[in-house]
Amino acid sequence: MTGTLSHLIVVPVLLPLATAALMLLLGEGRRPIKAMVNLLSTVTGLVLALYLLWQVQGAPSAFGVYLPGNWSVPFGIVLVLDRLSALMLVLTGCIGLASLLYALARWHQAGVYFHVLFQLQLMGLYGAFLTADLFNLFVFFEVLLAASYGLLLHGGGAPRVRAGLHYIAVNLVASLLFLIGVAVLYGVTGTLNMADIAVKLPLVPAGDGGLLHAGAAILAIAFLAKAALWPLNFWLPGTYGAASAPVAALFAILTKVGVYAVLRLWTLCFPADAGGSALFGSGALIWGGVLTLAFGAVGMLASQQLARFAAYSVIASSGTLVAAFGFGAPALAGGALFYLASSTLAGAALFLLVELLERARQVELGPEALDDGRDVLTTFTEAEPPPGINLDDEEEVLIGRAIPAALVFLGLTFTVCGLVVSGLPPLSGFVAKLAMLTALIDLQRPAAWTLFALLLLSGLMAATALLRIGMRHFWTAEVHASPRLRVVETLPIGLLLAVGLALVLNGEAALDYMQQTAISLHTPAAYIDAVFSVRPLPAAVPGGQP
Amino acid sequence: MEVVISLAIGVMAGSGVWLVLRPRTFQVLIGLSLLAYAINLFIFSVGSLALDKEPIVRAGVAATLENYTDPLPQSLVLTAIVIGFATTALFLVVLLALRGLSGGDHVDGEEERP
Repeated sequence: MTGTLSHLIVVPVLLPLATAALMLLLGEGRRPIKAMVNLLSTVTGLVLALYLLWQVQGAPSAFGVYLPGNWSVPFGIVLVLDRLSALMLVLTGCIGLASLLYALARWHQAGVYFHVLFQLQLMGLYGAFLTADLFNLFVFFEVLLAASYGLLLHGGGAPRVRAGLHYIAVNLVASLLFLIGVAVLYGVTGTLNMADIAVKLPLVPAGDGGLLHAGAAILAIAFLAKAALWPLNFWLPGTYGAASAPVAALFAILTKVGVYAVLRLWTLCFPADAGGSALFGSGALIWGGVLTLAFGAVGMLASQQLARFAAYSVIASSGTLVAAFGFGAPALAGGALFYLASSTLAGAALFLLVELLERARQVELGPEALDDGRDVLTTFTEAEPPPGINLDDEEEVLIGRAIPAALVFLGLTFTVCGLVVSGLPPLSGFVAKLAMLTALIDLQRPAAWTLFALLLLSGLMAATALLRIGMRHFWTAEVHASPRLRVVETLPIGLLLAVGLALVLNGEAALDYMQQTAISLHTPAAYIDAVFSVRPLPAAVPGGQP
Repeated sequence: MEVVISLAIGVMAGSGVWLVLRPRTFQVLIGLSLLAYAINLFIFSVGSLALDKEPIVRAGVAATLENYTDPLPQSLVLTAIVIGFATTALFLVVLLALRGLSGGDHVDGEEERP
């Protein structure tokens, strides 16, 4: 990516920022305009992310490097687009679009600044995935966290405020740890550029090795608290369970930011050929991830509500990812990246489904006045029987009790989500787990066998828990009054599952992309070369032709 | 000077951790502020402490760390102060909202049962 096109790398950050500023100028009302502007910006962001992905997927070592301030490399902030960032950008775009579409049905009316906060959240996410500067990463983390504090409180109410207080306190402490880690790393290496840190690490004198490792570990704790690694994850089920449905869906990618940061910095700074610091902390990542996966699986089995189940499935997904990345094996990391995409999409869809299913239960227990319902899916039970059909003595249609379309939709999407989350064939969760299990067999280590067994066991536990929840929601009720769903609410869930389906239909290409990504992550020399080979643009000559 | 700075950081960080672990929301807020101060001082001290050295280049003096102090930690501290202040203010708002909703100042919104 050279020339004018390289400016596109910074657009995913600037576009949401400009949109948010524009919407602030629009004042507190004018919700339809804001909704349109927000939708337009989110769709543009997704299209742009897809374009950037298409740009980097061709060559094996295609990097887009952008210097926002036009300073030469170790001194100024650098944005780097590689295959991993492009993948995360597309995931963010998909989940952002889905949760926005869902919010447009009802939730965006619950607060004044929903659209502004939503765009700032996207800006923080895009920025965190693009930046290649440690302190800039901190700033983008704070942007996305500040927006998430506001979004979590969206809708109000005591449970949300209580969960919000815990969430903010935990994340403030984690941010302080982040700062300590950054400061120590700067003190040891004298630079904040990630590629430059990777270059300087082998030059650190042996006497500073302890300080360096302590700084890296403190930094990792800050990331892992966000990635919900056990025992740093007790805030997560309450927080995600209390958030409104579209916000919880968007939060499904927030934990992945922590996983991303660990993966990026760890592969860059401690590759297998780094001498004394090679694979530093690998054991902590593996066993921390394994414990997290076990904790998440038990939590899933113990959950009585679907919202808590979804939150624990996020924890289990984080644990799987951290453990798999901790081995430092490219083949395993490739499968784990596929799992990252699949589980994030399914998790977001599950959070959106939670509210619809709860509404279906409410209808059973006693219909409440819902929306005006202009966009409801057709419900066959309410329709007049067409003329010419056999009717029985009580004038009921003789072809059996019709199943309402809305219930069919809920049942089908719930099943698909369940198959992906528990990793059963034939959907993307199965492909991801199969890729990881195959790579684990090749590793031949006790830790690998533990993760192997736990992956299978957690899938069984997730399937059991989902079966129980599904039976309670779909089978136990004697008479199903049909829940009312708006088309705009069903669309995003369908969209997320369709992306997951596309992932499995193009399984070979997708898995190949993930494997290439993992290989390039574990050979950081290409990344470092790409960053250092970029030169600032020459200054325009005063009075000359630009 | 190093001893004074270290003691200041240690005392503030220690008090901050203790206060953050308290059950009252206001204590948590003050604890977070103290921790933020301690960490700001820590970042500042990372750039090596020096007397009578400024971070701005003067004409005729070579731009090395022997003649100047490192300007980068100072700019990092500035950014960290601003961000820390903003998020603490946000925490204060949520604290007041929880107090209004629950009527108490316990972090869980309700007193512990004996």
